Amino acid sequence: MVTGYTGLLTATVFLPAVGALAILLVVRGERNIRVFAVLIALADLVLALAAFFLFDHSDGADRFQFIDKFAWISSETLNASFFLGVDGLSVPLIALTGLLGLCAVLASWRISLRVREYFVWLLILQTAVMGVFASLDLLLFFLFWELELVPMYMLISIWGSGRKEYSAMKFLIFTILGSAFMLVAIVAVFVTPGVGTFDMTLLSTSGSMLTSAATLIPLGGIFWLFLVAFAIKLPVWPLHTWLPDAHSDAPTAASVMLAGVLLKMGGYGILRINVGMFPMETHKFAWALITMGVVSVIYGAVVTMRQTDLKRLIAYSSVSHMGLVMVGVGSVGVAQGELTLAGLNGAAMQLFTHGTITGLLFLVAGLVYDKAHTRYIPDLGGLASRMPIVAAAVLVAGLASLGLPGLSGFVSELLVFMGAFQAYAWPTVLAVVGIVLAAGYILWMIERTFFGRRPDRFSQLTDASLVEALPLGLLMISILAVGIYPSFLSDVFASGLEPIVAVFNGGG
Amino acid sequence: MGAEAAIWAIFFLPLASFGVIALIIRPFLNRHYALSGFVLIVPLAAALGLSIWALRAVIVGQDLDFDPHLWLEVGSATIEMGLLVDQLTAIMLIVVTGVSLMVQVYSLGYMREDTGHARYFAYMALFTSAMLGLVLSINVIQLYVFWELVGVSSYLLIGFWHERPAAAAAAKKAFIITRIGDVGFLIAILYLFLQADQFAAENLNAFHIPDIWQAAQPVAMGGAILGGTALTWFALGIFSGAAGKSGQFPLHSWLPDAMEGPTPVSALIHAATMVAAGVFLVARFYPVFQASEDALTVVALIGAFTALMAATMALVMNDIKRVMAYSTISQLGYMMAALGVGAYGAAVFHLLTHASFKALLFMGAGSVNHATGTFDMRYMGGLWRRMPLTYVLMVVAGLSLVGIIPLAGFWSKDEILTGAWNGSGLVDGWVSRVTFVMLLGGVLLTAFYTFRMLYMTFHGEFRGGVDRELEVQEQATRDEATRGPAAPDQVPATSGLSGQHALVHLAESPVAMVAPMLVLGVAAVFSGYLVNPQWVKEFGIPGHWISEFLLTGVEHAAPVLADRIELHDFSRWIATISTVVAVAGLGLGALLYWRRQDGRQVPRRDPLEAAGPVHTLLSQKYYIDALYEGALVRRAFYRIIAGTLDWIDRNLVDGTVDAVGWIFRNIGSVIGRLQTGQVQAYGTAIALGSLLILLGLLLF
Repeated sequence: MVTGYTGLLTATVFLPAVGALAILLVVRGERNIRVFAVLIALADLVLALAAFFLFDHSDGADRFQFIDKFAWISSETLNASFFLGVDGLSVPLIALTGLLGLCAVLASWRISLRVREYFVWLLILQTAVMGVFASLDLLLFFLFWELELVPMYMLISIWGSGRKEYSAMKFLIFTILGSAFMLVAIVAVFVTPGVGTFDMTLLSTSGSMLTSAATLIPLGGIFWLFLVAFAIKLPVWPLHTWLPDAHSDAPTAASVMLAGVLLKMGGYGILRINVGMFPMETHKFAWALITMGVVSVIYGAVVTMRQTDLKRLIAYSSVSHMGLVMVGVGSVGVAQGELTLAGLNGAAMQLFTHGTITGLLFLVAGLVYDKAHTRYIPDLGGLASRMPIVAAAVLVAGLASLGLPGLSGFVSELLVFMGAFQAYAWPTVLAVVGIVLAAGYILWMIERTFFGRRPDRFSQLTDASLVEALPLGLLMISILAVGIYPSFLSDVFASGLEPIVAVFNGGG
Repeated sequence: MGAEAAIWAIFFLPLASFGVIALIIRPFLNRHYALSGFVLIVPLAAALGLSIWALRAVIVGQDLDFDPHLWLEVGSATIEMGLLVDQLTAIMLIVVTGVSLMVQVYSLGYMREDTGHARYFAYMALFTSAMLGLVLSINVIQLYVFWELVGVSSYLLIGFWHERPAAAAAAKKAFIITRIGDVGFLIAILYLFLQADQFAAENLNAFHIPDIWQAAQPVAMGGAILGGTALTWFALGIFSGAAGKSGQFPLHSWLPDAMEGPTPVSALIHAATMVAAGVFLVARFYPVFQASEDALTVVALIGAFTALMAATMALVMNDIKRVMAYSTISQLGYMMAALGVGAYGAAVFHLLTHASFKALLFMGAGSVNHATGTFDMRYMGGLWRRMPLTYVLMVVAGLSLVGIIPLAGFWSKDEILTGAWNGSGLVDGWVSRVTFVMLLGGVLLTAFYTFRMLYMTFHGEFRGGVDRELEVQEQATRDEATRGPAAPDQVPATSGLSGQHALVHLAESPVAMVAPMLVLGVAAVFSGYLVNPQWVKEFGIPGHWISEFLLTGVEHAAPVLADRIELHDFSRWIATISTVVAVAGLGLGALLYWRRQDGRQVPRRDPLEAAGPVHTLLSQKYYIDALYEGALVRRAFYRIIAGTLDWIDRNLVDGTVDAVGWIFRNIGSVIGRLQTGQVQAYGTAIALGSLLILLGLLLF
C-alpha cells in the first residue's frame, strides 16, 4: 500500500482553482484579472515542471512518486481515498497541461466579454484536467473527469462563435454518454469479489487480480465500457463528430485546451486503464484497436482535405493524429516474440507532441481569425508577408504535424510505426500512407492561407504582438526541443510504461 | 577526438550560420544586405577546408571510425547518431561544400535586389547543413532525418517567393511527390526494426549502416540476416525514396516545377546536390543492392528510361531553366543506370562532374536572366556579343554536358557507357545492353537540346527580353478580350518571368556572379581528366583514380560481391561511337536552327513544331502532370474519394448523431405527456412495473 504526502501535486492540481476563487472574490479590474490569471498559470507551470524534472525515472526508483494520500470515504461498502500521484506516464502530461494552460490564458488576453467569469472557468478547467492526470483513485479520477465538462461547456456556449450552443451541447452529450459507460465499468470493477478498492496502483500492478476474478460483467465487457468512454474523448472514428463542431465554435483558448489536453485524457485513459489494468483483453482486442486507429488515421486525413474552415481543418487533422495513438496501442497485439516498448511509448509521445503541435495550430488559427475576421480558407491568402512571426509558427507547427524530423511529431510517429509494424505490418503500411496525406493537407492549407497573392483587404494586417507571440514561442521551443533531443521525454514515458510492458512479456 | 570534432564541424558550421541568421540577423539586422551572405560564406569556406582535409585523411587511410552517440533508446530500439566517413562521403563533402560556397558567392550578386536576403541565406544555410548531415550519417534513421530536412529546405527555397502562386504550388508539389517516394524508404526502415532481434543476436544494430551492409552479405561472410525476396523489397524501398529525390520516372514531375525557385537555388539544390542525394542513397546502400539482381535491374532500367524520356522533353521546352531541369533528370538517370549495371565508380564520378557543369549552366541561365529579365529563350538571342564571358562559360559547360572530349562530362559519361557495354556480374547481360542503347540514344538527344538551348539564347538577333514578352502577353490579353478565349497553347508561357528584374539591361553580370562561374568552368573542363585519367598517370594521379578510390570503400564493406565489379579500360570504340553520336546531335541541331530566318521572329518559332502531335505530346510532358494533378489528385482523389467520405461524415456519421438526438428530444416530449399529475395513473404504473420486475426475478 502506497502512502505518503508531499503536497506538490495537491498544489499543482488546486492552485488554478484557488486562483479562480480569488478572481471571483478578491481581484478587481479586468486588467488585474488578466495579469493575475497569467501569474497563476505561470506558477502552476513552474509547479508542473518541478514535478516533471524532479521525477526520478532511473531504474529502481518508485513507480509512483509525489504521493498525496488521505482517507476520503472509508466505510464498509465504499472505500475511496483522495489519492494523487504520478508515474512516468502521467508526469509529462501534467507538464503539458501546465504549458498549455499558460498558453491558453495568454491567448485570452483580448477577451472582453464577462472577463471575470471567463478566467474563472478557464482556471477551473485546468484544475480538472490536472486532477485527471494526477488521480490514482478511480472514483477521484471519475470526479475530475466529470468536473472538466462544466467549464468547457460554459466556455464554448458563452464565449464561442457560430452554432455555439449546439456545439457545446453536442460536446456535453457525447462526453456524458462516455462517462455513463465509464461509471458502470468503475462500479463493475469495484464490486468484483476480491477487489473492493478504487486504488489504481493496486488494480494495475496486480493485473492478475482482475483477470482471475469472477466479475459481474465479463472482463471484456468492462474493457469495452472503458474503451468507449475514452474513444469518444480521443476521439476515434466513428465517435468523433463532436470534435469539429466543438473546435470550430470554441474560443481560441478553449480550442487549445480541448485539442491540447482534453483529448489526451482519452489516450491517457486507454494507456492507464485499458492497457494497464486489462492487459489480456487489450491483447485480445488489439486487432480492433489498430483497425479503429488506421481507419481514423486515413479517414480523418481524407476528410481533412475537404475542410474549408481553418479550425475545422485542424480538428479533423486531430482525428487523424489521435488515430495514431490507437495504432501505437495496437502494437500490443504482437503475436510472437516480446512486446517492444516502441508502440506504447510512441502512443504516449504522440499525446504530448500532438498537444503542443495542435495547440500551436489553434493559436495560429485564433490569431488569423482575430485579425482577418474570417477562418474561411478560400477568403484567406498571402498572410505570410504581413505576419512573419505567425507564418513562422504555422510552418513549425505544420511541419511538425506532418512528421518532419527534427520536430517533435516525427519521433512519436516513428515509434508508433515501429511498434505497430511488428504486430500488424500491412495495416501499419496503410497508416504510413497517412503521412503523405498529412503533408498534402497541411501544405495545401499553408499555401492557401499564408502563401500566394494577398487580397488588398489584408494589406493592413499586423503581426502577433508580444503577448500573442509569447505562447507561440513557448510551444515552438517545446516542439523543437522534443524533436532534437527526444530522450528527455521518452525516457520518462518509458519508465512509466515499462511495468505495463513487463506484464505483457510475462513479468511484473 | 580532434578528428571527430573537425568532421562534426563541417556539419555544424553552416547550421550555426542558420541559427545566427534566423535568430539575430533576420529579426534585428535585416537591412544590412550582404551581412547574412558573409555569415554563411565564411563558415562554408572553413567547411570546405575541413572537407579537403577529410578527403586527405581518407586517402592516407587515417582511422576515422568514431563511436556513435545515443539519440533515442526505447525498448529494443536503439537509435544513434554518428559519423560515417568513407570514400563516398569524402567525395560528397567536397561536392556539397564546394558547390554551395560558389552558389552563395553568386547569390550575393543575384539576390542583391531582393529584400528577403536574410531569409534566403538562412534557408540556404539550413539546406547545406542538412545535406552535409545526410552524407555524414552512419545511422539509417539519422540519414532519414537529414533526408527529410533536405526536402523541407528545398520546399522553403522553391517557395521562397511565396507570394507567387506558382512558386507556392511548386514547393508543395515537390515536397509531396518526394514524400510519396519516402514512404517506401520509411517502410524499409520499419522492416529493419522487425529484424532487430536477429541483428542483435549477431551483435549488430539494425539501424547502423555498416551493420546493414554486413547483414546483406552472403552467409559465408557472416551476413544474410537480410536475404532473398525480403532483401529485394528492402532495396526497392530504399530506391523508392531515392527515385523521389532524384526525380526518376514516375516521380520526376516535381523537378521542372521546382524551377520556380530562385536560380541559385536551382543550381545548388536542383542540379548539384539534393537531387543527387538519391544517387548517393543507392550508392550508400550499394552493398545491399549488390546482393539483389532484381533490385539492380529495376534501378538500371528505370534510370535508363528516365535518361531517355526526360531528354525528349528537354527538346521542346522554351524556358531555359526547364530545359536544364529535364536535362538534370536525364543525367540523374545516367547515374542511376550506371549504379544499376554495376558501374559504381562511374556513377559517383558522373555525379561529381555533373555537379560542376550543371551548376554552371544554371548560373549561366541566372546571368542571362539578370540581363534579359526573362527565362523564355524565344525572347533572347544574340546575347553572345553582350555577355561574352557568360557565353563562353555556358558553351564550355554545355559541351561538357554533351560529352565532348576532353571536357569533364566526356570522361564520366564515357565511363558509364563503357560500364554498361561491358556489363558486370551483378545483372543480366540483356539489362546492361538495353541500358547501353538507351543511354546512347540519350547522348544524341542531349547534344541536340544543348545546341538548341545555346543557339536560341546566344545567337541570332536579340528578341527583346522581358519587355517584348510583356508586350506580347498584353497583346494576347487584348486579343482575348476582343475575340474570346484563345486556345491555351497560343498564350505565351508566363513562368519565365522572375518578377524581380523587370528591366532589360544587356550587360555582363557583376563579378560576384561571374567569378564563381569561372571557378566552376575550370572544374567543368578539367575535373574529369584530372581525377579520373582513364589510361595513364597524370601528374602523379593513377588511371581510374576516383573509381578505384570509391571501389575500395565498397570492397571494404562487401568484399565478396564487390569482386564482381570490374573497372574497364578506356575503349576507343565506345569513345568514338559516343563522340560520333554527340556530334551528330549537335549537327542536327545546327541543321535545324543555324541562320534560319525565324531566328528574328518574336517570339521565335520553333522548327520542331513541324513535328505536330509529337511536339504537342512532348511539350505537354506526355500529359503526366495532367494525369497526376488533373485526373488522379483533383478528380479521383479530391472530388470522388474525399468528397464521398466528407459527405458520409456530414450526413451518415454526424447525421446519425443528430438523428439520435432528435429521437431523444421527441421521446422526452412523449414522456412529458405521460406526466399528467394524476396519482392514480402513477400508482397503476408503479404496480404494473413492480409486477413485471417480480415476474422477471421469478423466471430467471
